[in-house]
Amino acid sequence: MTIHIPSALRSYTGQKSDVEADGRTVGEVLSALDRRYPGLRFRIITEQDTIRAHIRIFVNDEQARDLSAALRPDDQISIVCALSGG
Amino acid sequence: MRSSAPSVSPRPATGAVTVLIGTRKGAFFLRGDRSRRTWKLSHPLFLGQIVHHLVFDPRDRRTMLMACRTGHLGPTVFRSTDLGRTWQEAKTPPAFAKAPEGRNGRVVDHVFWLTPGHEREPGAWYAGTSPQGLFRSEDGGATWEPFSYINDDAKYREWMGTVQDGTPDGPKLHSIIVDPRDPAHVYFAMSGGGVHESVDGGKTWTPILQGLDVVEGFDRATATFHDPHCIRLCPSNPDRLYQQNHCGIYRLDRPSNQWMRIGKNMPKRIGDVGFPMVVHPRDPDTAWVFPMDGTGVWPRVSPGGKPAVYKTRNAGQTWVRLNKNFPKSQAWWTVKRQAMTADAHEPVGLYFGTTSGEVWASRTGGETWTCLARHLPEIYSVETAEL
Repeated sequence: MTIHIPSALRSYTGQKSDVEADGRTVGEVLSALDRRYPGLRFRIITEQDTIRAHIRIFVNDEQARDLSAALRPDDQISIVCALSGG
Repeated sequence: MRSSAPSVSPRPATGAVTVLIGTRKGAFFLRGDRSRRTWKLSHPLFLGQIVHHLVFDPRDRRTMLMACRTGHLGPTVFRSTDLGRTWQEAKTPPAFAKAPEGRNGRVVDHVFWLTPGHEREPGAWYAGTSPQGLFRSEDGGATWEPFSYINDDAKYREWMGTVQDGTPDGPKLHSIIVDPRDPAHVYFAMSGGGVHESVDGGKTWTPILQGLDVVEGFDRATATFHDPHCIRLCPSNPDRLYQQNHCGIYRLDRPSNQWMRIGKNMPKRIGDVGFPMVVHPRDPDTAWVFPMDGTGVWPRVSPGGKPAVYKTRNAGQTWVRLNKNFPKSQAWWTVKRQAMTADAHEPVGLYFGTTSGEVWASRTGGETWTCLARHLPEIYSVETAEL
């Protein structure tokens, strides 16, 4: 499936905005991404396996609240940096 | 085992100095020549990353570690082994242990402090975090593990308090100091949570709180209420430490455990509140502070809008105001706890970065000052690398 990568994380993906990975859950997809792009997962997922405060993960148009969210092979995932900062 | 001989050469340094600057929006190098008269500011490194600390490794003289996060992304550590030309991210950044199922575990918000290990432990580094945690790397900062038991110890967790007990952007573990005579002798400080010492490589820790004041009405016997801002060990006499605390300036001469409030000798109109503390590389009687306004609601700016460094040459018995070339009025900045440092030249060079993004330097131990850079982002840390 396709995962959309925000600009803040493209230093990990060689500046690619869309990458491919497989998994049955959001957690599995992020683990697959981290194997290919080491370090990416920890920037968006805490050591307690929660999504960081200013990060949102959408599966198609639905927000995934945790890593257990189930996926279908044709789902599209977007990692989004929340509208915050300063 | 400790000995009385200091491990640091008393000879002054003579090489070129590079000032390493961590800011709220990236890192910068100020590269100087041997005379420390000519400086060149680099382009920003990691522009947009929040850099709490950027530290040079004096053991191999080529490694640097940088503590980073951004407003959105989690904390990490970047490493360079070629004096900052190229950088690699830590494979395993500092992180708390995963909590058992059903319990809330802690999450590192940012890595706040970095300290190279003892010279006999060439790959060792320590890191302090917010919320407060103590971590160690054995491989030059590539991988990190919790160090000792304190991160999950019930008593230490009580002393660390909650996010409401610390500084506005989170309580911080800082001032990790390794005795140059003994790698097993380590200090750290928690803001808030007090000063702590281990003489057995982190197997056990003991608070050192005697003589330290706390905010009126609180119990000084409780570590939670102590707020050390910055601790420095004198390299020329590792039995002497200086401390800038929320409640004053102190000196500790070991083996005593009794801090002495040498800030009582500061001018009353200035007070003895501040963030940084700097010690002389070869004279344990000489130290510098940068006072700030700790009255009323604690503005945390230069008292009266008139910045000044204060220097003691007699271990805190008297203090001298040093402000030549600083703004004479309407300068409402201050200097954060790891944003002031010294080089090892003769005379000693001093460097600090301000909350308003200026870098100031003195080639004369503070007698006269020059502004080396303006208009940088808010400066969080200033360290030197002598090459």
